[in-house]
Amino acid sequence: MARRLERLDRGIKVRSDDVFALNSWREMLYIIAPRVLPVLLLLVLGLAATPYWQRVIMQACMIGLLAISWDLLASVGMVSLGQALFFGIGAYIAGILDHYAGLGPWLTIPIATVGGAALSTLLLLPVLRLRGIYFSMVTLIMPLMIERIIEATKIFGGTEGLSGLQPMPHALVEIIAAMAVVWVALFSFNRMMSSDYGLILKGINDNDRAVMSAGLNIYLYKAQALFLAAGVGAFAGAFVTHAYQFVGMPVFALDYSILPIAGAAVGGMGTMSGPLLGCFILVPLNELLRGLGGMRTVIYAVLLVVFTVGLPEGIFHFIKRKYTQFERWVEVEQ
Amino acid sequence: MSQAILQVEDLSKSFGGVKAVSGVSFELMENQVLGVIGPNGAGKTTLINLLTGFVRPDRGKVLFRGQNIAGMKPYKVANLGVARTFQMVKPFYQLPAFKNLVLPLKSPRAKQLTGGRYGDRDAVAKDLLEEVGFERDSWVIFKQASVLPHGYLKRLELARCIAMAADLVVLDELFSGLSLAEVASLVPVIDKLRVQGKTIIMVEHRLRELFRIADRVMVMNFGQKIAEGKPREVMEMPAVRGAYLGSEEEGA
Ligand SMILES: Nc1ncnc2c1ncn2[C@@H]1O[C@H](COP(=O)(O)OP(=O)(O)O)[C@@H](O)[C@H]1O
Ligand SMILES: [Mg+2]
Repeated sequence: MARRLERLDRGIKVRSDDVFALNSWREMLYIIAPRVLPVLLLLVLGLAATPYWQRVIMQACMIGLLAISWDLLASVGMVSLGQALFFGIGAYIAGILDHYAGLGPWLTIPIATVGGAALSTLLLLPVLRLRGIYFSMVTLIMPLMIERIIEATKIFGGTEGLSGLQPMPHALVEIIAAMAVVWVALFSFNRMMSSDYGLILKGINDNDRAVMSAGLNIYLYKAQALFLAAGVGAFAGAFVTHAYQFVGMPVFALDYSILPIAGAAVGGMGTMSGPLLGCFILVPLNELLRGLGGMRTVIYAVLLVVFTVGLPEGIFHFIKRKYTQFERWVEVEQ
Repeated sequence: MSQAILQVEDLSKSFGGVKAVSGVSFELMENQVLGVIGPNGAGKTTLINLLTGFVRPDRGKVLFRGQNIAGMKPYKVANLGVARTFQMVKPFYQLPAFKNLVLPLKSPRAKQLTGGRYGDRDAVAKDLLEEVGFERDSWVIFKQASVLPHGYLKRLELARCIAMAADLVVLDELFSGLSLAEVASLVPVIDKLRVQGKTIIMVEHRLRELFRIADRVMVMNFGQKIAEGKPREVMEMPAVRGAYLGSEEEGA
């Protein structure tokens, strides 16, 4: 007798899919808990942490935003290897506005978000038509190119960067704002992707010729998705700039392109929650391993491989499956 | 006498050395059904791609209601009211069947035409599926397109054209790969389109069904139009017999 693992939806999952189930507390809780608990948990951690770990959580939030942005692009069929482009452009716009015009974070961050989104979209507009790997290659190169341009022309402080920028008003404001923006981005993008507008975006990834023959301009939609994703990345860059009161060439570094993708690989792509979860694991882990010096990268890389090989669906999908389904072995006749 | 909705003049396209479509001209009257036949590789699909903007012509004109649409972007052509099906079906595999139609229903053209029905796009989509032969109130319309049988995917292609509220519907071998019963169930759908005043171009290998529906038939071979006329008459022409005897119906 052979055995096969059978997966079935839990009763409570099925019942709570139905709106009538909202009469029962237990089922209400079943729906609400996975949305509210992570928010509360992060809030408690963020408030209780030492200033050092608060900064780590803030960083995780910002890399998390880059990962959400990455996942949004990926679900429209644009695989970005250059999230650092959005991050760096946002960071520099905020830094420049603060350094030369003294605008302060309340103005620079919103301007950098929208301006960074617009500038990144304009820069990538010519390559929007490129498919697959070609788009990816251009996004990979662009931030590195900008880094070299700043170095060569010595603009905006050159290799020194711009320091002494205005800080965030208060450490508490900083951490709460970081968390709030992450949740707002996550929930609103998730909502958007399940709307009819999101169906069009996913459709472009699924089958772009069918989208065209449905009378929809795919370049317009791709540009819109790019704008949104770039805006999220630019926000993160601007935020970090004020948190550290400094902006310099490292904001275009490869780390900001690679970490979000690593987060997506560990957390599981396609849901935005997965990549975010991945970043909340990887960024603090990176800090914990800091004491190990040179060995850190090795251990980090090994863990990454173990995660992706052992759990290719990603941690998020794994947890979600356990939450919504139960498994049992059934005997099958050959 | 009704008016020409489509005038094609000297349309040509080569791929490398292959003349896929070469010097094709024809005219199509409003509410007519034109059948296009010819052996495999004759250039029928390329002709459709040229008409719908998916391929840019090397030469020639495509006048749709007097406007030259040759080389125009596919989405623009679609919004002018020219819809097509694909020989190789192109559904959104990840979406449930009825959600496939939400995309064409969101097109500028469909929005303009359905105006107030913005809110119940899902309901409109389900009605459209019923129109092309999906069983109402069955689970089929909720099934993901990737698990649907071929016959349903073909119907989904047709439903997309109807959702676009197209005036000119271009069908690329809609019947291929379908059972006799499936074809029989689709013929009334096409008849209905015609009653609604639509103009139709049908590329088809199933001659028996095509000849029942089409007013005129155009025959292509090696990228050229070799004949055009009433269905039965065309098949009597020596050039057409030659083209067919030379390829598919060998020994028939
Ligand atoms: N995109 C393309 N690139 C190169 N050759 C093509 C392309 N599309 C069609 N062809 C060639 O053009 C000719 C006509 O093809 P097609 O229009 O598909 O014929 P049909 O639909 O009548 O079977 C064939 O020789 C085919 O190989
Ligand atoms: Mg063909």
